[in-house]
Amino acid sequence: MGRLTVNLCGVELDNPIIPASGTFGYGYEFAELYDINMLGSFSFKGTTKEPRFGNPTPRIAECPMGMINAVGLQNPGVEKVIAEELPKMRQHFHKKVMANVSGFSVEDYAYTCERLNGEEDIGWFEVNVSCPNVHGGGMSFGTSPEAAAEVTAAVRKVTDKPLLIKLSPNVTDIVSIAKACEAAGADGISLINTLLGMRIDLKTKKPVIANKMGGFSGSAIFPVAVRMVYQVAGAVNIPVVGMGGVSSAEDVIEMMLAGATAVEVGAANLIDPFVCKTIIEELPRVMDKYGIQNLSDVIGGAHHG
Amino acid sequence: MKQGIFTILTNQPLTDTVYRMVLKGDTSAITAPGQFVNIKLDGLYLRRPISVCDCVDGELTLVYKVVGKGTEQMSTMSVGEQLDVLTGLGNGYDTALAGSHALLLGGGVGVPPLYMLAKTLIAQGKTVSVVLGFNTKNEVFYEQEFKALGANVTVTTVDGSYGVKGFVTDALPASYDYFFTCGPEPMLKAVYKNTVTEGQFSFEERMGCGFGACMGCSCKTVTGYKRICKDGPVLTKEEILWDA
Repeated sequence: MGRLTVNLCGVELDNPIIPASGTFGYGYEFAELYDINMLGSFSFKGTTKEPRFGNPTPRIAECPMGMINAVGLQNPGVEKVIAEELPKMRQHFHKKVMANVSGFSVEDYAYTCERLNGEEDIGWFEVNVSCPNVHGGGMSFGTSPEAAAEVTAAVRKVTDKPLLIKLSPNVTDIVSIAKACEAAGADGISLINTLLGMRIDLKTKKPVIANKMGGFSGSAIFPVAVRMVYQVAGAVNIPVVGMGGVSSAEDVIEMMLAGATAVEVGAANLIDPFVCKTIIEELPRVMDKYGIQNLSDVIGGAHHG
Repeated sequence: MKQGIFTILTNQPLTDTVYRMVLKGDTSAITAPGQFVNIKLDGLYLRRPISVCDCVDGELTLVYKVVGKGTEQMSTMSVGEQLDVLTGLGNGYDTALAGSHALLLGGGVGVPPLYMLAKTLIAQGKTVSVVLGFNTKNEVFYEQEFKALGANVTVTTVDGSYGVKGFVTDALPASYDYFFTCGPEPMLKAVYKNTVTEGQFSFEERMGCGFGACMGCSCKTVTGYKRICKDGPVLTKEEILWDA
C-alpha cells in the first residue's frame, strides 16, 4: 500500500485522482499523451439508454477562471458503449473504471445500469442526477430528495457494484438530498456537478451558448465545491467523492480535508491534458510540505477538533 | 498531439487586424496542412485554437485576426516571450484526394491554412489556383506569398476596391479538378453550391479542449457525429450536412 492509496467503497485506488465524466471521454485521447493506468480510475463519458447527439453548438463559453458547457450528454448510447467503446477503452486502461450514467426516467437509469452491470471492469456506478443541460429530465431528479432516492433505489435493485450518486449544487439543501440517497441504498455521494451559468455576447447581444444556459465549471467553483463536500461529508456515513474546480495537488488535499475519499478532476483536463499526471506526481512533494504521511489520513481532517 | 513551449520569433501586423506570429519549438506533431494549434494565454481559462499557416523545421507560422480577448492579447506579445502550445490538432487537409489542378478558396482569416496547403500541393507537382476573398483592399494579405509559391492567384473584394469585385465564388476559374476551402460559413455554403467537383471544407467552431475530449464542438455529418476539433476541422463535401 502506497502513500497515495485510498479505498473507495471497498475498491482500492492507487491514488485518489479520477478524471471527471465528460472531460476524459473514454480515455483514448489522453492515452496518446501518457499512461492513463497511473490514474486512480476515471469516470467515463455520461452514458444514456439511447444514443444522444446533445445540444446545438456553440456549446462552450469562457468565464473568468472557468468555462460553461452545454454539451447535453452527447454519447453513443449504452449498447454501443458496451459493444465498441469499452473494448477500445480496455486496450488503454486496465483498472476499474467508473461508469457514469444519466437518464430521463427512473426506468432509464435502471435499464442502463443493468445493461452495464455485467462489465467486469466497471468498479463503481456514478449515477448523474444532476446534469443541468437536458430539457425535461436530468435536473429534476437531483433537485428533490424524493426523486434522487427513487433513482437510487431503482439502480440499487439492479447492481451489487458500489453505487455513487452524483449530485447537483443547484439546490437549496444538498445535505437532505445526500441523506435521502444514503437511506435509499447509495454506497457513496459524488459532488459537485456544474453550477448553472450563462454568458451573453456584447457584440451579438445574445447568449453565447445555443442552449442559453450551461454548466459552469473550472477553478472559479472550487470554494463552492469544498463547502458542499464539507457539508455532505459531515452529514452522511458513506464516502464522498469531491470535485469542482480541482486543478492542483494542493486542491486535492484541501478537498480531502473537507471530507472527500477520492477526488475528481474535470475542466482542468481540457486546458492542461497532463494535469492529472502532474497532480499525481506532485502529491508526494506537497504531502511532505504539509507533514502528511499517508493521504488517506487527511480524509475529513477539517471536521475534527 | 504534443504539448510544447514555443518562443516568439516575430509578431507583426499584416493589416489593421491581422497579425503574423512566427514561433520556434517542437513542430513534429504537425503532420498535415489545415491542422491547428491551441494556445494557453495568461489570465484566460480556455486555450485559443489557431490554424497553422506554415510549419518548417521547428518554426511555426500563425496568421491570426484580432477578434476577441485572446487574439488581442496575442497581438501585444513581444519577441522572446513564450507560449504553451498544443500542436498537431485536427485531421488537416488530405492532399492525396486532389487531382492535378487544385482550386483553393479562402475567405478572410480562412486564408492562412491554405498557404501550407498550397505549398504541399505544389511540392507534389500539382497546379494550384488560389482565390482569396476579402471585404476591402486594406484587409488583403498573403497575395504575394501565394504567388511566390507558384500558385495562380486571384483576389476578390466585396466592395471592388481591389481585384475582382464580389465573393470568391464570383472568380472561380474555368477548370479545376478538386477544391479545398476555408472561410466563414456563409462563404463555405456558397462554395458548396457553386463548385462542380469534390472538395474539402475546413470548419470553425467554439471549442473546449481542442483535442476530442469534451464534445464541445460536435456536428452532424452524413457519416455520423463528428468533433470539429478531432475528426475535423476538415470535412469532405459529400459528408457535410448543413444546419444540422
